[in-house]
Amino acid sequence: MFWGREPALSITEVWNAPMSTTLSSPRTPPSELPRGGSASKDSIAHARRRRFRPYLVLAPALILTIGIFIPFIAAICLSFTDYSLNSSDVSFIGFDNYLSMLQSSDFWHSLWITIEYAFLCTAVEMLLGVGVALLLNDENIVARFLRIVLIFPLMIAPVIGTLIWKLITNPSVGILVGPMRMIGLGDFKWAASPDSAMFSLVVVDAWVYTPFVIILVLAGLRSLPKSPYEAALIDGGSPWFVFKNLTLPMLAPVLLITLVFRLMLSLQEFSIIFALTEGGPGDATMSLSLQAYNRAFPFYGLAEAIPMMLFLWALVYFVSFILIGFWRRAQQRAAGVA
Amino acid sequence: MKICFTWPSSLAVVSAVSLALPLADSARAQQSTFDWKQASGTKLVVMLNKHPYADAIIKRLQEFKDLTGIDVETSETPEENYFDKLTASLASKNGTPDVFMTGTYQLWDYATAGYMEPLDSYLNDPSLTNADYDYKDIYEGVRNGGRWDLVPGHPTGTGQQWALPLGFETNIIAYNKKYFDEKGLKPPKTFDELYKLAKQLKGWNGPGSYGVAVRGTRNWATIHPGYMTTFTNAGAKDFEIKDGKLVSDLGSAKSVEVTKAFAQLVKDAGPPAWSSYTWYQCGADFGAGKAAMLFDADILGYFQNVPGGSAEAGNIAYSPPPVMKEGDPVGANEWIWQVAINKSSKNKKAAWLFVQYFTGKEHGTWAAINASVVDPPRKSIWDNPDFQAVMSKMPGYLDTFNTIIANTSVKFTPQPYFSESTTEWAATLQKIVLSGADPKAAMTELAKRITAKTSKLKLDQPPKTARQ
Repeated sequence: MFWGREPALSITEVWNAPMSTTLSSPRTPPSELPRGGSASKDSIAHARRRRFRPYLVLAPALILTIGIFIPFIAAICLSFTDYSLNSSDVSFIGFDNYLSMLQSSDFWHSLWITIEYAFLCTAVEMLLGVGVALLLNDENIVARFLRIVLIFPLMIAPVIGTLIWKLITNPSVGILVGPMRMIGLGDFKWAASPDSAMFSLVVVDAWVYTPFVIILVLAGLRSLPKSPYEAALIDGGSPWFVFKNLTLPMLAPVLLITLVFRLMLSLQEFSIIFALTEGGPGDATMSLSLQAYNRAFPFYGLAEAIPMMLFLWALVYFVSFILIGFWRRAQQRAAGVA
Repeated sequence: MKICFTWPSSLAVVSAVSLALPLADSARAQQSTFDWKQASGTKLVVMLNKHPYADAIIKRLQEFKDLTGIDVETSETPEENYFDKLTASLASKNGTPDVFMTGTYQLWDYATAGYMEPLDSYLNDPSLTNADYDYKDIYEGVRNGGRWDLVPGHPTGTGQQWALPLGFETNIIAYNKKYFDEKGLKPPKTFDELYKLAKQLKGWNGPGSYGVAVRGTRNWATIHPGYMTTFTNAGAKDFEIKDGKLVSDLGSAKSVEVTKAFAQLVKDAGPPAWSSYTWYQCGADFGAGKAAMLFDADILGYFQNVPGGSAEAGNIAYSPPPVMKEGDPVGANEWIWQVAINKSSKNKKAAWLFVQYFTGKEHGTWAAINASVVDPPRKSIWDNPDFQAVMSKMPGYLDTFNTIIANTSVKFTPQPYFSESTTEWAATLQKIVLSGADPKAAMTELAKRITAKTSKLKLDQPPKTARQ
């Protein structure tokens, strides 16, 4: 029983239903409430309390949303001014900051770097994460041990992991130097060269975030029903057949939601890039986040930086909106509804 | 009466004198007519950069409290993030922090923005400044680093005093004396000698070792030590005033020539991972015996040479930075860590007492002798025999300092786009070294981008915010 009433929908229906359905629960209209006497007054008070319950439940989320909206709206307002951290004078300048951003070759370069970084990291982590999760979806002792060890990178702050990698790959004192020399790569410069800086970033990002993909995909694999696999085993289906026709379709919702998480975070990534290259060498890894940070803080141009972050926000929203659509359809297909 | 000095009585006298001296210092401070307790009971918030200068302050906060009755709460932040945090704090104008550590170049932004309290009225007020403070004891080039009239393009040394120095750095060559002596090598006097020697020393101490450590990150801090010292020793300039506008001179023939030479030095003899090297990596490599020379802050070489400071401690010596042509005057760009008062502070009197105490002779002398606060900004400390005894363990350090100090000053042209222009400068240097960009084309493009901003600055008066 939920709030003293029978729920309108079953748990499964609640889980699968669109958001709008669950929020519009039926309630007794005031005109149908019993009237007259102290028992009526109690009923009216009770009915009033029930009316306000949904709002009380929503209150924390509402406060958080307002807390996010206030700086968001303030940022949009500032983006139409020339506000700078090293000046008290503030003037309205209209869309000048947006026009300067769109006309700046640095902005388009950073956008390209952002997309390249997000695409490479997400692709590597999804492929690696799914592969490792499939291998770990077993009950032997090695798999059980590796399931614990492989999530260690998730316990370290990304910036700390990056600094560790920076030390490991240092050509003067890093522990990778000897092995790299043995295989003829002693001159490999890792993040210190524009040719290999992006590669180095992808390696670090994959080290930090692949365990996240492994955890989600493994959880998804473990929640899959066993009967289709038993049937496939009886019918003599090959591992590739089983993977392509059973695992992938059933796992698609999990894969898509993992993809959404990783792509959204990769597009916004700041700490790994800042700690490893600061956007260099030159501008080889200058993503939008780094570009905006440099503009806002070392260069004091906060109002100039905000349009870049708003653009990034719009990009992330657009990408995740499309992917969430795919996810919904995949969910329906997996449930046999579509 | 005949006074007979036996050894026990002599020992007693010496002990009494040596115990009395530090007490006399603080007693003098207390017994002078200056009222150190005029802000007693105040609580100050002080923001510090993670640095030995800050460590020295923290070690003596109790002495300061005992003298003044002022409570101090400090915070320390690593340098990579310190100025971002400080900028946000000052921009909030809520009065916190009361006092903050700043560098010379950041002063051009903060004072222009109206975040800093001018200090001349405090220095000139005998009720606020102890007669022993001796402002002129601070080296002129160093105290001028905290004085500026806020007009872009005007040099430091004019206008108001905005901050006072805790310590400063010149930029010199530190080298592995043990190896140099073994091989009969001499430290370089000219840039050409530096290049040839550094190239020759590649691999001097096994795989991964190289000739000279210099900084290379995409950050203003890459430009200001060895590179800027070479740049200005060669007679190049970062800006000039043309037709009443501040115009970048980085595209000039001299700028390009110096940049090309420096880039070649990095390519042929610098750290393999140069573009990720901050002062920490440069110092660590030098101290570990990976780099034969260090062309950076003198104090960075100093820290590697103190007992236990690094693997090569005791093997390091110092020499002046190279000039382009033998016989040219030798000097260096300087960096000064200073303390300043937040203009929004509600405890300015107490804040001034803090600044005065920790930039005064007494703390400066103690810190230089006991807490590795080099280079001290006061002449009296350099003349102090105890300090000289400490520095005599650093071969060539004192001679190098005395050789270059007359020509050591802030070599950059003060302007409020310093951070942006020097960061772009560092990025351009990286492109020249690592991506093979043509130095002339790259520096010309850089000069154009910088001039696009600086040419809009009004050069006839300080900006409005600074006049408020």
